Formats: sequence, C-alpha cells, structure tokens
Amino acid sequence: MSIEGQFQLQKGKFKLDVDLKAPVEGVTALFGPSGSGKTTLLRLIAGLELDSKGSLKIGEEIWQDDQEFLPAHKRRIGYVFQEDNLLPHLNVKGNIEYGWKRSSEKGTTKSLQQAIELLGIEELLSRKPATLSGGERQRVAIARALATRPKLLLMDEPLAALDRSRKEEILPFIDSIHRNLEIAVIYVTHASDEIARLADHLFLMENGRFIANGKIDNMLTRLDLPLSHSDEAESIVDADVREYDATYKLNYLDCAAGRFTVSGNQLRIGESVRLRIAARDVSLTLEPPRNTSILNIFPATVDKLMPKGGSQMTVRLKMADHLLLSRITRKSVDNLGLREGDIVYAQIKSVAVFS
Amino acid sequence: MFSEPDLIALSLTLKLALLSTFILLIVGTPLAWWLTVSRWPLKFVVETVIALPLVLPPTVLGFYVLIALGPNGPIGGFMELIGARSFAFTFSGLVFGSVLYSLPFVVQPLQNAFQAIGSRPFEVAATLGASPLDRFFSVAIPLAKPGFITATALGFAHTMGEFGVALMIGGSIPGETKVASIAIYEHVEALEYDRAHLLSLTLLAFSFIVLAIVYSSRRRFSLIPS
Repeated sequence: MSIEGQFQLQKGKFKLDVDLKAPVEGVTALFGPSGSGKTTLLRLIAGLELDSKGSLKIGEEIWQDDQEFLPAHKRRIGYVFQEDNLLPHLNVKGNIEYGWKRSSEKGTTKSLQQAIELLGIEELLSRKPATLSGGERQRVAIARALATRPKLLLMDEPLAALDRSRKEEILPFIDSIHRNLEIAVIYVTHASDEIARLADHLFLMENGRFIANGKIDNMLTRLDLPLSHSDEAESIVDADVREYDATYKLNYLDCAAGRFTVSGNQLRIGESVRLRIAARDVSLTLEPPRNTSILNIFPATVDKLMPKGGSQMTVRLKMADHLLLSRITRKSVDNLGLREGDIVYAQIKSVAVFS
Repeated sequence: MFSEPDLIALSLTLKLALLSTFILLIVGTPLAWWLTVSRWPLKFVVETVIALPLVLPPTVLGFYVLIALGPNGPIGGFMELIGARSFAFTFSGLVFGSVLYSLPFVVQPLQNAFQAIGSRPFEVAATLGASPLDRFFSVAIPLAKPGFITATALGFAHTMGEFGVALMIGGSIPGETKVASIAIYEHVEALEYDRAHLLSLTLLAFSFIVLAIVYSSRRRFSLIPS
C-alpha cells in the first residue's frame, strides 16, 4: 500500500506544507522536534483537521481532494493519542467494543479477541479508565484501535507521557503489531530510541516541512542529518538468528557483513531481528586485533568522516552493504591517520537485539 | 389541610412543571448542543435571546407572549388559521410561556456540560467510526450527565416558582391556569394568611428538596456561559 498526500495548513503563525509520498509498509515514523508539525500531519491524515487544503490518497482510495473530504469516521484508521484516549464513561470492554461494533469486523469476535490477547488486557476488561495506570490505558487504546482492523494505524507519541519502565512494557506490543496483523503504522515521535527500534521508514520534519526521508538504516547514518550527530547516535543491522550456544549462552546471527555473537536470552532460530549498535560502542583499529575480549569484530571501509564538534568525531563505516557509525575522538583519528577509503577493524562492544 | 381549590392549584403547578421540564429538555438539548458546536458568527445573538429571561421582569416576557398568542399575534393568528383554539388563557399557553421563561436555566447548564467535555472524546469516537449523530448520543449525552441533572432540577424548580408569566398569560382560571403561586397571591389579597402559609411552605419545601438534590451531586455549575 502507498500513501500520497499533499497538505497546506496555516494555524496562527505556524505553517505546514508537506508533500508526502511513501510506501506504507511496516512502521513509518514521523520524527522531529516539538512544534515541527508531526502531530498536525497525523491529524490531517486522520481527517481531524477540518480547515485543511490538500489531497490524500491511501492505496487506491481517495480520502481528500479538491472536491472531496472523507470525514474521519469513514476513514479506516486507528488513532492512538498521546493521552486521554479512553472514553471515560465506558469501562475497558466498552471502550474496545465501541470501535469494533462500528467496524466491518462486528460480525465476528475474532479481531476483538485477538486485540485483547495481543495487548494482554484480559484482566482489565471490567475496569473503568480512571482506575488504570498510564501504560494500561495506552495498551487498551492500542487494542481498541486494532479490534477495528484499520488500514492504517496512526500513533501520536503514544509513549511520551509514560516513564521509562512503562515504555518498555508497551514497546514490544507495538513491535508486534505490523508483524502479527500486517497493519501499516504511522508513528509520531521525538524520541530517537523509539525510531531506531520501531521504524522501517523515516520522515524527518522541521518547521512544518519534510527535510528528508528514506529507509531507517540510511537515515540513521546520513551525516548531513541531525540523527547521526546526537550523543545517542546509532546504526542498525538486520540479521538472521542462526545458532544458539548453550554452553556460553550466546546467540549467533548472520548478516551480509558476517557473524554477530550476542549474549542474552535464546532467540528463535531463523528469526529476523534488528541489531542496534550505538556509535559510542564502536571502536576502531588498523590491525585485526588479537587477544581481545571483544567478540564482534568486522573489517570495514572508512566511508566518511565528520567532526561532531568538541573532541569527538563521527566515522561512517561500510561493512558489506551495511552502514555503521563509530564515535571516536578527533585525537584518535589523527593518531590512526584515518582517511576515507581506509580499511579498519570495527570492534563492537555491545549490541542490542530487537525482534 | 389543603382546601379543594388549593389542591387543584398545587397539582396544576406540578403538572405544569413536569410537562415544561420535559419539553425544555427536548428543546434545550439540541439547542445547547448546537450552541456548543456551531461556528456561526452570529451565534451570540441566539445566546443573548435565550438568556433574556434571566434579567427581564417576567411580566414583560408574559406580556409579549400574550400578544404573540392573541388572535392578532403571529402564533395566535396561525392557530386561528389552522382552526385551532387560541393558546391565550389556556394551560397550553401557560406551558409555552414557562418553557420560554425557564429556557436559560436548562440550556446554560447543558451548554456548559457539553463544553466541559472538550474535543478529545469526540475525536476519539470519530476515529473509531462514530458519525456526528452517533457521537452526540454515545458520547455527548452520557458525558454531560451532571449537566442534565442540574438542568432538569433548575428547569423544574424555576417553572414551579413562576408568577409573572402565569399571571399575564394565564388569567387565574381554576384547574386551567391558576397555579400555586397565583393562588398564594390571591389568598394574601383576601387576607387568608393560613392558607397562604400552607401553600408557600409547600413550594418552599419542594424547591429546597429539588435544589438540595442538585447540590448534593456536588457538581459545580454556572449560569453564566464561559
């Protein structure tokens, strides 16, 4: 499915002007600072902004053009707001059934049951929204949207109002949505760790405009974009789980660049997972290191060097067809005499795995 | 205890209050909803007209209603045209006047309650496939429940206590338009203080109970639209 949209909207001093064209598969993230227009764009897609000018086509369906404006209740969407999602006068079950009863799924309870199970909220069904924690409320809101089997699930910073542990409690559920249900997700956030974890495609927004868009692995490592300069800069590598070493409790995963060794719980053999590698966890040597405790070492080519300001430097490496960021000091770059095109060995100290 | 005519006046008052409150809710709810959601720039004119009975002497309102209901008035003329009985000096006319007179007491709490809901629940409902009418019944009405309690109680109590309008349009016909407040006035005129006391105390107790129900529900309401 693809999304094609064009919107202009003036709200006081703020002006939004975007031209959106993307395949919507998996999770598409809208990322940018507060006030950049991410939420407004999401509301435009949902049909919640009535004064908008523009056009919107989802797959073959026209939702908005010069003559037509399909009202929000006729668009097959799910929408999860940052907070205050639940209808306060209905209990959890009532909330979930509210959308389901009005959807084409009402003939069968399958989508309803599946949504309740997927988000693990069986225990909460008879509770009133006021008695739920913030994390529970968001889970109910997500389940409620999924029960209607939307074409498009729009999520507006669904985790922003939650603390770190609550976030961790919900992220796996969001992860599983597009894999289990094949529902395309558009996800608004200003947290870079969420995009590295969830997004397949990324739109960067600033002052009501797109400044760049592309596949997530490219966007994270583009040195002309702010993501690669943050302290939390990271790159991702998609790999397949191959083996589990029970003696050492290690997983072996293969990607085009070679074999990763990752500790932690046993992963399912054959599963595709996303590896997240923080730039500051990647150090460089010129010789293949011996006698080192580090397990993940790969030969790589220096693709580009970019000063980060201060003592730091960002190095982009090419490892087969993967791009990897390394954050080292300027002094180290000079000591090693690093230049674009040099062959180095990347030592990766830690890897986070997300399935 | 009560004399026969006084009982008739009391039951007429109760009948008037119940019927008026019922009509007020039927008319006031869509009106309050429209005032909440409309973006019409001249909406304030409608709001002002509805609020007029709050400040107008009831006799002024009653006088105009009487003129309107009379055979030369717009409503009376229309009634005559379709061959119906004129409203003036009838119970129906009294109900009509009461509804106008108590309209702000019903519309304003409802409008406040609708406004207090905010836009979020409606947006949520829309994204879940609820049409505007559906949202009105499945979101606005249940969430405005405290407003409905206030509106019902105020509309009822206020209609029960009306005097000026009833005097102007009603004309004190026993069993038809002679409500309790007018009966009290006539008792005092006739120096029948005992009977005036009894009726007054009854109305006082009734109003107290109705208002106590509202305040005990501990919902704040304001008569001035924000």
